Parts: sequence; structure tokens; C-alpha cells
Amino acid sequence: MATRPSTRLGRWLVGGPPLLYLLVFFAAPTLIMVLASFRSPGEFGGLAPIVDEAGKLDLNVDSYVRFVTEPVFIRVFVKSAWYALLTTLFCLLLAYPLATLVAKSSKKYRDLLLLLVILPFWSNFLIRIYAWMIILGPNAALAKVVNGLRGLFGLEPVSLLFSGFAVLVCLVYVSLPFMVLPLYANLEKHDQALLDAAQDLGANAWQRFWRITFPLSLPGVYAGGTLVFIPALGIFAIPDILGGPEDTLIGNLIKQQFLETRDWPFGSVLSIVLTVAALVLAGAAAWIGRRGAARHA
Amino acid sequence: MRKRSIALAGAAMFAYAFLYVPLFIVVVYSFNDSRLNAEWVGFTLDWYRTLVRDDQMLTAAGNSLIIGLVASFVSTALGTLAGLAMHRYRLRLLPILIVAPIAIPEILMGVSLLIFFVLLNFTLGLVSVALAHIAFCIGFVAIVVRARLAGMDETLTEAARDCGASPIKAFRYVTLPLIMPGVVAGALMAFTLSIDDFVITFFTAGAGTVTLPLQIYSMIKIAVTPEVNAVSTLLMLLTLVLIVIAAKLSPTLLRSQEES
Repeated sequence: MATRPSTRLGRWLVGGPPLLYLLVFFAAPTLIMVLASFRSPGEFGGLAPIVDEAGKLDLNVDSYVRFVTEPVFIRVFVKSAWYALLTTLFCLLLAYPLATLVAKSSKKYRDLLLLLVILPFWSNFLIRIYAWMIILGPNAALAKVVNGLRGLFGLEPVSLLFSGFAVLVCLVYVSLPFMVLPLYANLEKHDQALLDAAQDLGANAWQRFWRITFPLSLPGVYAGGTLVFIPALGIFAIPDILGGPEDTLIGNLIKQQFLETRDWPFGSVLSIVLTVAALVLAGAAAWIGRRGAARHA
Repeated sequence: MRKRSIALAGAAMFAYAFLYVPLFIVVVYSFNDSRLNAEWVGFTLDWYRTLVRDDQMLTAAGNSLIIGLVASFVSTALGTLAGLAMHRYRLRLLPILIVAPIAIPEILMGVSLLIFFVLLNFTLGLVSVALAHIAFCIGFVAIVVRARLAGMDETLTEAARDCGASPIKAFRYVTLPLIMPGVVAGALMAFTLSIDDFVITFFTAGAGTVTLPLQIYSMIKIAVTPEVNAVSTLLMLLTLVLIVIAAKLSPTLLRSQEES
């Protein structure tokens, strides 16, 4: 194809329309938001005029300074990172046996077992949150059992719904498929001969797992960790619906800035910090994963 | 050894139960003759009857359908072109713009489009939501189509060109029929993503426009009734059918997520 004279034209005819669309409806809005983060909030929300009455250009780093100097915002970020980390760990615990089972099952069932992991991911996000509202609801069986048990020990009844617990359970629930897929993709490639050799040399099951399977699976763990951690960091619907008053995460803060306080510059700063943090973490995980893979190769 | 595989299967079963029991409960309670989603009382179809008489819900469903059809149609056209361009030419910018909307936090795209539309004095509503949905669907379609092209024999297109077919004719009669399953799978995927999207829609819909996820959101924020279970059950059924068809057409679909 490269030798044809029409290649340059074809390139633009084929690649041009999607490129143009994404430049207008993705790249431009993102750039505008970066610019908005250096502006002042308008009197009635939105942005202040770019040139004020005195003819001074409205460009400053006030919103960034505010983010760094007011500890409440850092605390929300730390809390979000903590929830995202716990989510990643619990997903790993649940996903490991699942991915191992799928990888070890015969080819005939593998696609079906994998499909069963992915299907819930395709059901509506809000429906999956709503399901936990039912399960954790005050009249549901689970709350009655928990509070019955607490009553035996003379403890006050608690609400399972609208709590950090509810947020965490639901975060694990919606994130699990993203941990299983990369883990499975990795575990499936493992060479059984390595494990057999280790067994012949006298390694027990525990040693075989920790010294062979787990280290070899680290690239999958990092990939899955990234796919779970980053969306969990920016989530807002789950704490918004299932969380209590203390469960404000970055996503909720961003939503507040844009839809309630209408402080666009500060909302933009929060969104940018979130994205940069996410991209740095993803880059770091990819780098560590690659280095680990190179060492074990 | 046996004890270990039983433990493994047990742990995996627990994980499968964790994935399916919640959805199962939603479906079961949609047929439950009780306002409270607490215990089984008896079978009824009342919540489905309430649903089809709920004007707000029907409007929301209509909006979701219109947006989903427009967004999947346009994003399939643009995404197919993008997949083709990335397969044939060495491009620098396009692959980044294809992956970036998928890789960054969803909320960023929602709020940046909100700023964008408001600054341009663009009225928030059906059109702004559809434009936003197209933007995040293009990447998914492009990835599916590209995977299909990677498995295709490019010499067939070359042969058509050598036999004198114009580039458009070669595409229309050789390439397109060969990649059609990928294109249809991409379209179904885009439709599903559009119909299910909450976060980006939430920021770009404005006050007056409601889609199904937005309607579900306001219902569960205010008062939970099993009508939500009924609409959820129908929506899950629709998604299930579409995804099973898409997966049949494009077996790589299930794995395209992790490759991106």
C-alpha cells in the first residue's frame, strides 16, 4: 500500500474524520479545562471574564494554591486512594482463585467461564449499585442477621447502607472483572512443567505458589491493579448513592464543584490532579510490570 | 492435591456467587408483590404494569433509544475509519486520541465536555449527550474493527486494487464484507455503552433531559420502589442479548479490553 501515490490522500480521507471528531470533542474540551484551571471563578459560577474591567488578563494559580493549602482536599484524596487500594486488594483476593480456575479448566469450558466473569460488567452500572442498596438495606436479611448478632453482645444496631462498608463492597463488586481478565491472561500462559519440576525437587504446594506462580503472575497483578485502582479513584456514583456523610471521595468533590458550588476553576484543578495521579500510577505500574517480566524471563 | 482443587473451586464459586447473587436478587424482586425489597411475598407483574404506565420512564427510555441509535451509528462509521487508518498507516496522533478517552477517568471527560458545551453556549440536551457518547464510543469500535483487520488477509484488498478496482470499490466489495462482523460487533458494543452510560451523561444532559440511567439514578436517590427492579431487569435482558450477539460476531471482543 505504501507505494501507491494516493496513500497521502487516503490517509487523510480515512483517518481524517475520526481524528477531527476526537480533536473537537475530546482534545479541545480537555485543553479548555486545563486553561479553566488557571482562571478565576465567575461571580455567578462558571468563569470570570478573561479580561477584567481594569484590562488585566485573568490567569492565575489560585485554585492550585487552594488545593495544596487547604488540608481538607488532600484528606479527600488520601481517603479516595485508601478506598481504591483496599478495593484493589480485595479484588486480588477474589480474582486469584477465579482466574486460576478458569486458566486450569479445559478449553471447552474456558470461554464460557470467562464470559460469566465479564457479563455482570455489561449490566448497567447503576443497577449494580442498586442491587447492593437492596442487599444492605435496613429491612433485608443481612442487616437483620448482623444486628441480631450485635444485639447478643449488647451492641447498638448499625446501618450497613450509607456507610464506608457499603461503598467498599460495591467498589469491589463493580471492579472484580477488571482484575480477573488480566490475571487470567497471565496465568493461562504459565508452563505446567515448571511446577512439576518444583514438585519433583520437593517443593510443597505453598512453596510452589509463592516462589513460582505468584512471581510469574506479577505482570498480570500490576495490569489488573491498574485497571481496578484508577477507575476506583475517580468514582462518584457509588459513594454518592451508598456512602454516608463521611464518604466524600474525589469524584463527589468534583461533582460538587461543577453542579453545586459551580466553581469551575477549582473543579478543573481537582479533575486534573486526579487524572495526572491516575496516569502517573498507570505508568509506574506498567514500568514495574515490564521490569519484573524482564527479570523473570 | 485433591483437597487443594476443592478449595480452589470453592473460592472460585464464592467469587461467581458474589458476581451473580446481587443481580439475581434485583430480577427476583421485580416479580415480588411487596413495596419493600426485603422478603419474598408472592408473584406479581404489577411493577411491570406500573413501568409501562410511567410517562417519565417512557420518555427516558425513548431518549436513551434515540441517543443510543444516533451515537452507535455515527461512532461506528467514524470508529471503522479510525480502525482502518490505524491498521493501514503509521499514525502518531490518532492512536493516542483513540485510547485516551478509554484510559482516563470517565468523570474528566464528563466535566470537560460540560465546560466545553456551556462556554460555546451550546444548549445541553439530547444533542450534547449524543455528541459526548460518540466521542467515547469511537475508541471501542476502532479497537474491535482493528482486531478484525489484523486477522484479515490484506493481500485480498491489494489484489482487488491490482485488478483495477478504485480504493472505494475495493473497500466496498472486498474489505468491508470481510470486516463486517467486527463492524456490527462494534456497533452493538457502542449502543450498549451509550444506553448504559451514566457519568458522562450526568454532566452533559443538563436539567431537562433524562435518559434511563439518569431516571434510575433519581429514583434510587429519592425513593426505592420495585419499579426500578422491573426496569433494571428489562435493561439487563436487552444488554445481555446485544452482548451475546456481539461476542458471537467477534470472538476477540471479550479480550479487546485488556489489549487496549
